[in-house]
Amino acid sequence: MEFLSHTWHWSIAGFLIGLVMLVLIYFGNHFGMSSNLRSLCSMTGIGKRISFFDWDWKSQRWNLAVVFGAMIGGFVAVHFLSSPSNVALNPKTIEELNSLGVDAPNGKFLPDYFFGKDFYKSPKVLGMLFFGGLLVGFGSRYAGGCTSGHAISGLSNLQLPSLKAVIGFFIGGLVMTYFILPYFLN
Amino acid sequence: MKLLKYILVGFVFGIVLTKAEAVSWYRIYEMFHFQSFHMYGIIMTAIVTGVIGVFLIKKLNLKDINGNPIYIMPKEQGNTRYWIGGIIFGLGWAMIGACPGPIFIMIGAGFMAMGVVLIGALFGTFLYGLIKNKLPH
Repeated sequence: MEFLSHTWHWSIAGFLIGLVMLVLIYFGNHFGMSSNLRSLCSMTGIGKRISFFDWDWKSQRWNLAVVFGAMIGGFVAVHFLSSPSNVALNPKTIEELNSLGVDAPNGKFLPDYFFGKDFYKSPKVLGMLFFGGLLVGFGSRYAGGCTSGHAISGLSNLQLPSLKAVIGFFIGGLVMTYFILPYFLN
Repeated sequence: MKLLKYILVGFVFGIVLTKAEAVSWYRIYEMFHFQSFHMYGIIMTAIVTGVIGVFLIKKLNLKDINGNPIYIMPKEQGNTRYWIGGIIFGLGWAMIGACPGPIFIMIGAGFMAMGVVLIGALFGTFLYGLIKNKLPH
């Protein structure tokens, strides 16, 4: 059972993620997480006012079921299958983060800086969480997919548009992590 | 019951992403600083697995679970939406260290703060729907 609590090797994880995509294709569907955000918006009935949300989201209930399963999976993995040896980062990364005021992982998946119990006490942290989410939601719909829809599904099907989107993901990510995030963190 | 198999696939997905630490803000930061191969290894192995699988599906004309021919819809051609949308997504991804899958997975794991990220992501999706027709695609 010990292998369950250790960090899984990238090759095993990558293979299983590819398999998840293929199984969803075998089920007659596709692998894409961000379209669930559109479904959730549509569930409110807002499609009456905004045509983008006026679509047959009920045909996408299977995808919401995938999300539901993933949430249970996350719960089980974090609470029953983790160990203090997890998230063994490059020591250089820890040192860099430390100088920016972000706590070291020590087995945690997420830094307390953003996701700790006191997150709601800091307007700056709340703002970053909301604004970061906003960029993810807006960007994934504008680009028509996220990491699952473009990087995994799209590139697996050798789609040029997905390659453009993935290069975009990395340009945005590098700009954020090198030029914007250090300014916000300090 | 028809949804049960999807819940199971999602469950595996949630476990794998968590156990591989792809749900970790730290791992995303480390990736964008090129300080570990871990995330690149995950993404590249997933793509290689996917490329081989999709190739075989097409080559062997495989049928899906209902016996229908499998057709994978190609992405619409274009430039602006992929570059600009991609960059906006990347900015958010590196900021909060989570893409849509991990947002849901970490909410399931009980991280309340991720709920704020989800509210932001829903608002961003809403905003896109609102101004979609004014944006270049």
